[in-house]
Amino acid sequence: MAKLTTSLLIGTALFTAACAKKPPAVIPPPPGQSVVDPNAGQPSIAPGSRADFERSVTSNTVNFALDSFSLDDRARAILDSQAQWLTRYPNVPVSLEGHCDERGTREYNLALGDRRALAAKNYLAARGVAPGRISTISYGKERPIALGSDEASWAQNRRAVTIVLN
Amino acid sequence: MFHKMIFALALAGVATGVAEAQTAPAPLPVPFPNAPQTGAPAPQAPGQPGGANPQQQGELVVDVVGGVSAPLGIAIPVMPTSDVVNTPAGRTDQLGQQLAQIVTTDLRNSGLFKPLDSGVKPVLFPEVTAPTFDYWGGAGASALVQGFIRANGDGTLTVGCYLYDVTSRAELARQGFVVPPSEWRRAGHKCADMVYSKLTGEGPYFDSRVVYVSETGPKGKRIKRLAIMDQDGGNHRFLTNGQAIALTPRLSPDQRSIVYMSYVEDRPAIYVYDIESGRQRLLVPNTNLTFAPRVSPDGKWVLFSMAVGGNTDIYRVPFNGGTPQRLTDSPAIDTGGTYSPDGSRIVFESDRSGTQQLYVMNADGSQQQRISFGSGRYATPVWSPRGNLIAFTKIGGSFRIGIMSPAGGNEQLLTDGAQDEGPSWSPNGRVLMFFRSSGGGNGRADLWSVDLTGVNVRRVPTVLDGSDPAWGPLRP
Repeated sequence: MAKLTTSLLIGTALFTAACAKKPPAVIPPPPGQSVVDPNAGQPSIAPGSRADFERSVTSNTVNFALDSFSLDDRARAILDSQAQWLTRYPNVPVSLEGHCDERGTREYNLALGDRRALAAKNYLAARGVAPGRISTISYGKERPIALGSDEASWAQNRRAVTIVLN
Repeated sequence: MFHKMIFALALAGVATGVAEAQTAPAPLPVPFPNAPQTGAPAPQAPGQPGGANPQQQGELVVDVVGGVSAPLGIAIPVMPTSDVVNTPAGRTDQLGQQLAQIVTTDLRNSGLFKPLDSGVKPVLFPEVTAPTFDYWGGAGASALVQGFIRANGDGTLTVGCYLYDVTSRAELARQGFVVPPSEWRRAGHKCADMVYSKLTGEGPYFDSRVVYVSETGPKGKRIKRLAIMDQDGGNHRFLTNGQAIALTPRLSPDQRSIVYMSYVEDRPAIYVYDIESGRQRLLVPNTNLTFAPRVSPDGKWVLFSMAVGGNTDIYRVPFNGGTPQRLTDSPAIDTGGTYSPDGSRIVFESDRSGTQQLYVMNADGSQQQRISFGSGRYATPVWSPRGNLIAFTKIGGSFRIGIMSPAGGNEQLLTDGAQDEGPSWSPNGRVLMFFRSSGGGNGRADLWSVDLTGVNVRRVPTVLDGSDPAWGPLRP
């Protein structure tokens, strides 16, 4: 796992909870080992898979300030954990989705979502992930994750999400 | 020039006694000269709407620049048929009812007319050209629209449309339309356009279509489909199936194609959709994000935005494809470019100053100049078909629809919704259609219209929810 400071870990835990992403009930095994679930019907998590990525990294999502595409410390720490995993699986392609809140107009938000996706992509590339592995797609304000029209929802919707493509 | 446009009515020339009904009433409804092409109205508009000043002729006139602010009372009785015939569009007597309804709805929605709610008596066929003026005057109508419908031997329909001044007992205009049954509703819109133009002096706009994004489903997973309909919501048709998100459609000037953005194959880009065949082609075959398409008034170019390496600029490309030509090169987000009606200039939005603001430039990208300086942000500019106004979305806490001059002066906000976005002009430049979103988890978007007074705000009926309306030109 990424070596994060205590404060970052706390911040991340809060953030993760805010995103309603439940931590796994059982502590996951070290990466690189697949899990054979004792319960029949539950699929195992293959190393290098999307599920493996999502349980291994601090978060698959980084958030942005209003009308901004700059990465703050927390976003960089999250991307560091993603870069680590991506370095471990150098053949896995990913897509970076850029999203916005509903307080911008539709076309402007398409451009802003593109900038957010690209900001995250460029950071990963600077951390050694081959840019050719990373595609980007902007959804503007068309795919909110939080449905409210309030500050908390808007903050969640201003995001770049890393999706493992396999 | 356009400080506060107060729509109002003036009944001019009432006392002049000009029309003592000396002119013999028009003959019984007789075949109008046949239209050369099916679908085209018969060409015999008396005079040019809006040309002469009707006030000088002592006629009924709807004054749109000043005067008393009250809609004009108008009667639109059911249009009788000489012979009840079954047609592919329905029985002619029922069509006569529906045609009167179309004319009524169009004129009422303009905000300038008040169709009679009661006292609209049936009209016999011979009465169409010999109105009972005393009756209609007593019922409260200042103007009267009568018409008839007839099925022709060749399968077409003829719709006659007559406009009368009830007070002066004069016929003001008449037109006939020969239409295939599939386009019968257009005859109603053409009739309403004739009345509207004759009485207001404004250009027509009812016989036109709207392309938009039909929306349904939960907020986080909205299905967004390309759809087309008549300006009043009639003849609605879905054009895409909703598997890929469709956004920001615009009709080409020849009305045969729609440029829009699609997420087909998870590659958001602009496509050119052919309405007749249903086929589409990628406008710019590369891997960049392309969006915000607008066709030039001559149909030769598509103006659009393209994000290259995180920088969105405005480009143009020949309508039939080719190499994109870059028009802006600021490191900011430049988007929403729209042509002036003569094609010589472009208005667009850019956040190069730090926030979204409006700019104009020449069609080749030269002489870029900021025009919006009010508080808040400005987006989605669109040049009026008359050339004298630019409509936009004003962002300042809420989203509102506004207008300003192309030089940036005389800013006026027309709507007061929480989230009103994306105005599109009617063909005559008097009405704007836009979409209004409601907040929260059940938030949805619907189409609305507002006229230049800001008073006449109306919901536009759609089959499902809707956004991104683009009003097409008047139909040929």
